[in-house]
Amino acid sequence: MTILQIKKRVAVVGAGMTKFMRRAQETGKELAFEAVHQALESSNLRIEDIDSVALGSAPDAFDGVHMKGEYLLDGAGGYGKPYSRNLVGGGTGVFSPIHGWFHVASGLFDTCLVVAEEKMSSCLPHPQAAFLTIFDNMIERGLGPNLIWIFALEMQRYMQKYNIPKEQIAQVAVKNKRNALDHPSAQIAQKITVQDVLNSEVMAYPVQRLDISPVSDGACAIVLASEDVARKITDSPVWLDGVGWNLDTAYWTNRDLYFPRYVANAARMAYQMAGIKNPRKEIDFAEPYDPFDYKELHHMEGLLLCRKGEAPKLTAEGVTERDGKLPICPSGGLLGVGNPIAAAGLMKICELFWQLRNEAGKRQVGGDPRTAVAQAWGDLMQIGTVVVMRS
Amino acid sequence: MGYLTNVAIVGLGITQLKPSTPEVSYKELIFEAAQKAYADAGLDPRRDVESFVCSSEDFWEGTSIFDEYVPDQLGAAQKPVCTICADGMYSLATAYMQILTGIFDVVAVEAHSKASDIVNISSIYDLALDPVYTRPLGLNANFIAGLEMNRFLHSRGATKTHCRMVAAKNRRNALSNSLAMNGGNMKLDEEDHQPALSDPLTSEDVAPIADGAAVVVVASEKVAKTLRKDPVWIKGFGWASDSPTLETRNWTDAAYAKLAAKQAYKMAKLNEPVKEVHVAEVDDTYSYKELQHLEALGLTGNAMAHTLLQQGVFDRNGTLPVNPSGGSIGMGNTLEMSGLVRVIELALQLRGEAGSHQINGVQTGVAQCWRGVPTTSGAVTVLSNR
Repeated sequence: MTILQIKKRVAVVGAGMTKFMRRAQETGKELAFEAVHQALESSNLRIEDIDSVALGSAPDAFDGVHMKGEYLLDGAGGYGKPYSRNLVGGGTGVFSPIHGWFHVASGLFDTCLVVAEEKMSSCLPHPQAAFLTIFDNMIERGLGPNLIWIFALEMQRYMQKYNIPKEQIAQVAVKNKRNALDHPSAQIAQKITVQDVLNSEVMAYPVQRLDISPVSDGACAIVLASEDVARKITDSPVWLDGVGWNLDTAYWTNRDLYFPRYVANAARMAYQMAGIKNPRKEIDFAEPYDPFDYKELHHMEGLLLCRKGEAPKLTAEGVTERDGKLPICPSGGLLGVGNPIAAAGLMKICELFWQLRNEAGKRQVGGDPRTAVAQAWGDLMQIGTVVVMRS
Repeated sequence: MGYLTNVAIVGLGITQLKPSTPEVSYKELIFEAAQKAYADAGLDPRRDVESFVCSSEDFWEGTSIFDEYVPDQLGAAQKPVCTICADGMYSLATAYMQILTGIFDVVAVEAHSKASDIVNISSIYDLALDPVYTRPLGLNANFIAGLEMNRFLHSRGATKTHCRMVAAKNRRNALSNSLAMNGGNMKLDEEDHQPALSDPLTSEDVAPIADGAAVVVVASEKVAKTLRKDPVWIKGFGWASDSPTLETRNWTDAAYAKLAAKQAYKMAKLNEPVKEVHVAEVDDTYSYKELQHLEALGLTGNAMAHTLLQQGVFDRNGTLPVNPSGGSIGMGNTLEMSGLVRVIELALQLRGEAGSHQINGVQTGVAQCWRGVPTTSGAVTVLSNR
């Protein structure tokens, strides 16, 4: 790979998000509209000021709408504009700002509105049913696998490799649900104990109910601008200084699941672009993807924020608490704020934006953070998408 | 605007388009196209291609999160790979932007169609309608196209015969294109011998669904010049959307194509498209769409497309050959791959490698796509061999 070097700097200048909830009364278009409206308001822009729109939304099967991007178009602000939709499964939320970054960093557009929307509740009886259709139609689908048990395989492998007790993993759920108590958009902020997690219903061992993020509806939006335009819009732009994404083989059964090498590949790409040589020292806080509690630990290792197998120990020592040395998911993450797939990833970018501007209110991490990383993951335990932001 | 680099198309790979392909899977189709494109560019995907952009919509594939299944057959595992849910021409635009940012020098773009696996395609089209407002009305794709065709013909004073002439031209052109599956000689004097699908639309106005795969490799100027003597340069790109709702869109003028063309021409510094464009490959998913799109692209000047058509301007030996490849009506409608087929055919013309449908002396051309009913989205690109 050639030396990655950003030639044109891109900033985030505004962000907005709806409340995340189990069943929103609004249609997908309306959710997208609300997030876009907030993002524009926070950057003091009007839709006329936006040159291009990048949308992220996970599978059409949730809504039962074919070409969901075309359907969401007007709600997402795409009318009369260059508008397109990306899809990289669960990685979509953090890929969307990367997709938007292409628009601005290429020099083709001065501004790009990035929108991520998900309305899972329209899938009946339960959105997990939509996930039955993600498996290979010849080799796997006949076996009737579902997402929870393939993640149970991965969790089991991770625990077995490093001999991790379930209690240490459960601590992630406790921390994130508590962090979410300070997030106004959170869906399942809760004060729970490790014992609560261990006593919750077993879904597919070792995955239990409180290990998993909920099903949600919601939308997020951010506004990107080129350096010169961003400086006119705001005094405190937050820079999108590194982007990385990486897709591993579709034959997930042939991989050792203990370490997400595709996340590490994506992280290395983003760090190289941002000029980060030692992520453990240079990253002030992180929002790794946490749809399951063990995934936060898995992804901390994938993001090279600690040694392999070290993340559970750091969590047990309180390093990853909001007031710890390396705060992880200060927003409350997917486990606390909710998991409307694509929107959940962009929620992490919104959190970086607010934290790096010192606008996160009660969630604000200490020590005047300057550099942070957000990450999402998806497909068949296969893709990593990583964004590094600086104030 | 000054861009950091110029971007060129350096590799083309496409399979034969067919009504059905029971002998191969979509992975094998994509593999064939990828192999051809890499060989054409003289590249090893594992070593030389830095990023991959794919195109798919889940419901066409019958698999959710279809982007899972693209890396292996492209040689793309453990590389930056992403999927754009749109026509392959949008993916090409994404690859174009990736190279302009300066982070990559070589990017591959993939699109495919395994439409023959879709048991009931009209029921998939139905699911693209707004679930609250329009889907309950039970409109189907051909009905919506018929409605728009009626509006277009009425506003221009054109007739069904003009549309049949488009279909006849494109199927005739396809006879000399070895990739095409629907070449033929249509008899124009037997007017109305086809029953209406949704008056005025007949089955002859509709491009038949086809299977196939296409891969295009693009590179920065620095690398493109080392790879080949005849790179095809991307001079301009535009893509745009009109209103998605049936109730509020422009039914007459293909507003999306106008907006996209404006953006692409501005970038390409193309002030007089009528004079400067030598050949066009435009969307003809329905016959009337070719006429509507030509006007929106500004390729007809002040005249109406159907009058120029009658004068033979768009014939292969006319002053502005349109769809010399046969278009979607002559080659087959490959869903999200259609736009990439237009790009490949245009690039072949600009390289002088279009074989028996080559037009002599072409330097600059326009390719355009539309995402089909019920969308109002499409892209335009200006390509040149200079």
